Amino acid sequence: MFSDIQLTNYLLVGAFLFVCGVVCMTTKRNGIGILMGVELVLNGANINFIAFSRYTPLGLDGQIFSLFVIVLAAAEAAVALAIALNFYNNHLSIDVDRGDELQG
Amino acid sequence: MSSETLTIEEFQEIGKALRFLLMVAWLLPLAGFAVEIFAGYWGHRRSKMASFLAVGCIFIGFACSLGALIHWGTLTRWGHKTVAESQHHEGKSEGEGQTGILDAGKLPVEFVALADKPTAHKDADNDDHHTTSGGGHKDAHHEGEHHDDHHGPGTPAFSGGFYLLGSFGDIEIGLDYYIDSLTLIMFTMVTLIATCIHIFAIGYMSDELVEDYVDHHAHTSDGKHVHRPGRFYRFFAFMSLFCFSMLGLVLAGNIFQVFVFWELVGICSYLLIGFYTERKSASTAANKAFIMNRVGDFGFLIGLMVIVTYLGTFRFADHEVNGAAQPGLFTMIRGADGHIDLDQTVDVETGNDVNVVLLKGVDGETLTNANGKNRTIPYWLLIVAGLGVFGGCVGKSAQFPLQTWLPDAMEGPTPVSALVHSATMVAAGVYLAGRFFPMFTTEVLLTIAYIGCITLFVAATIAVVATDIKRVLAYSTISQLGYMMLAIGIGGWGAGLFHLVTHAFFKSLMFLASGSVIIGCHHEQEMPRMGGLWRKMPITAFTMLVGVIAISGLAIPGISIFGEKIAFSGYHSKDEIVATALAFMQMNEQHFLLFLVPLITAGITAFYMFRLWFYTFAGEPRDAELHSHVHETPWVMTTPLIILAVFAAGCAIGGTHGPLWLGLLNSEPIGLATGLTGQLSGIATPSHDAVHAVHSTAGMYALIVAATGAFVAYLLYGAGVIDPGDIKQQFVSLHTFLVEKWRFDELYDAMFVRPVHIVASWCVGVDRYVFDGLIHRTARTTIDVSRWDRKFDEGIIDGLVNLVGNAVFSAGRSLRVVQTGSLRQYIMFIAVGVLVLFVLLFAVFPS
Repeated sequence: MFSDIQLTNYLLVGAFLFVCGVVCMTTKRNGIGILMGVELVLNGANINFIAFSRYTPLGLDGQIFSLFVIVLAAAEAAVALAIALNFYNNHLSIDVDRGDELQG
Repeated sequence: MSSETLTIEEFQEIGKALRFLLMVAWLLPLAGFAVEIFAGYWGHRRSKMASFLAVGCIFIGFACSLGALIHWGTLTRWGHKTVAESQHHEGKSEGEGQTGILDAGKLPVEFVALADKPTAHKDADNDDHHTTSGGGHKDAHHEGEHHDDHHGPGTPAFSGGFYLLGSFGDIEIGLDYYIDSLTLIMFTMVTLIATCIHIFAIGYMSDELVEDYVDHHAHTSDGKHVHRPGRFYRFFAFMSLFCFSMLGLVLAGNIFQVFVFWELVGICSYLLIGFYTERKSASTAANKAFIMNRVGDFGFLIGLMVIVTYLGTFRFADHEVNGAAQPGLFTMIRGADGHIDLDQTVDVETGNDVNVVLLKGVDGETLTNANGKNRTIPYWLLIVAGLGVFGGCVGKSAQFPLQTWLPDAMEGPTPVSALVHSATMVAAGVYLAGRFFPMFTTEVLLTIAYIGCITLFVAATIAVVATDIKRVLAYSTISQLGYMMLAIGIGGWGAGLFHLVTHAFFKSLMFLASGSVIIGCHHEQEMPRMGGLWRKMPITAFTMLVGVIAISGLAIPGISIFGEKIAFSGYHSKDEIVATALAFMQMNEQHFLLFLVPLITAGITAFYMFRLWFYTFAGEPRDAELHSHVHETPWVMTTPLIILAVFAAGCAIGGTHGPLWLGLLNSEPIGLATGLTGQLSGIATPSHDAVHAVHSTAGMYALIVAATGAFVAYLLYGAGVIDPGDIKQQFVSLHTFLVEKWRFDELYDAMFVRPVHIVASWCVGVDRYVFDGLIHRTARTTIDVSRWDRKFDEGIIDGLVNLVGNAVFSAGRSLRVVQTGSLRQYIMFIAVGVLVLFVLLFAVFPS
């Protein structure tokens, strides 16, 4: 039955993950939750890369790209957590709605 | 070699010694100046250090000059020794050495004192040609012809260079020297008189030895007296510079150098005449002196240009350029026998015949230029050059028509007047006329004679009515300078310079005596307020009397002691001038005025000088209050008077057999002794014999006239037999005319000042109405245009720019609400934005 699995299926999963991530980012007020949403978006994109590398002439490039994305996601997570810590230091909370100092 | 000749080596040794001594005498005052000018800053203003330094410098200078004169006199037997011929010369006796024709290839080394001259070294160093021919060249230094071709039998002049300033082609400009007996006598005279004047000035200027000097003749704008720091040191610094300039002028070996020092003398007189610079009259007088001299110097410059254009050198004497012998100015024009070689040539442009003067080389040969033609100078240009240089002398020596600056120069302190009037400034003009004599044609000489003749008469008549003691002396100076110029003009070269030296002594004496009177009378200069001063100031009175007798030319006839006439110096020199004039008149009868005017003026001279003496010193005091305060001046002022009185009485001792006359005669330009005749003008100057023949006659005339003048003065002012006031009443218009100085100032005012003012007022009108109008209109137009431009700028350009700015600003303001600061909203915007983009994408490009 797995032989029926086509590129579309992967893309659907990726899109699902992406949408989940976006929804997570828009709905969560918790900074860590938003970070998780970001991870979901990135992984949705990763699934797309893998799928394209499997089903199109893109070859290994897609996989390399996804490796880069993972590494970047790790780095980004480190930076984001540091931001979250600082945010907490300033607001005694990580509710992102509390941080609206950049309002125009 | 007989004892009448000098070997070349001896001659060179004398030259070196003279060069060194005179250089020291010349440069010491400059060193003194350099120190003294800062003395007011280094020390305090009550210090007399500057004056001691100045006196020291000039006195050492005098010692050096006197040493040089004695050295020269003893070794050359007062110029009688000639320089030995080289053994290569044959057929020439020692007595006629001046014929000077050289062996081919032998160089004339007139400048033997220049054995170590820099040009010789330079040539040897960087000129191959001369390195190879150097042997012969050096031989020439030893064996060459040493006869001076311009100064008659006797010791030649020493000439050469101190320092080469620059060379332009064949023209070399440098600091040269030219030493003959005239130079030596002038040096001794200038330094001696300057020493006396410096010492006198220590006393005269002592009221400047204060930190706060109150000038009672100068007022500030609110009517108070001017207060200023004392300027004792500055006075002596300027005096030192003055002496340096004058000595440099006398020592100068080329006409360009003369011009440089000429101007230095001019600036020094400017500084000293305007010494009391806060007084309007003093600064005006200084300007007047300077500007009048510039008028004369303009002529001088023209003369210099003609000379350098046609003759190509500035030097008086023969010299070397790049190893080749070059004739000096005197050689080129006058040659060996003192006559000008005339030739006729066709003018290229007009086709007329013009007279030209052939230029002569060092051997008396005619010079040729590169293409073989004779080198010539048009005769009229030679006259122009002579008149031009004489124009400088006219300015400097205050001759008609530039005489008006000299009386105004009385504004300076009296020692300055003494120096200016005797040894330095005005003597420079006569000295140059004498030094440059060989360059003057007979036409120029006649001009000089007539200028001198007019001057001596005009100035003497003004002196008769002057009442300011210093002004009488000033006009007397102008008059005496006229005598000197007249003498030079009629060929009495020796007589003119003889009078220059004797006059320097008695005029400096009289000026210092008048300075002593002025100090004794507490700065009163008007003679009508004096009278009877001799009891209070005996030394001043009697030294002044010596000067008065000397300038009047009085003598006791018929009696002689040891074969000498009992006469002061002025008698001998004026006698010689009158005798020359008489001899000249006998040869050129149409110029009888040149004899009559000086003869009559001799009487006027005696009159006004005795008038001055009687007015000041004799009779009863006319101002008792002034008289009661009069006192004899201190020894520092009377000692110079006594020294100068001795020289004024005795410097011309022996007359025409005396040392001064014979010494001067040694430098007389060649040819004068036998008389010169102008080939074109036909004017002849008398020979020595002709002058000598009429000497006693002329002397008698002069003595009678002078004695008459003195006697009339005694009658009017001494004995009071006739009241001068009556005579004044009789000739009131003449008196006014003379008091107004022949209205020369008014004449010049009408001739030059007022036309200049009129032209200037026209120029002002043109400036104000035409140029200013034009400029104002342009300005107004520019303002209008600018105003329009401003409107355009503000309305349109700025409006556009502001419109854009405002639009951007309001857009930004309205977009501001989007920036909520909420992270989740941003993400929403992004997500929605991406969705919208996709929707749009599919809507616009459906598959």
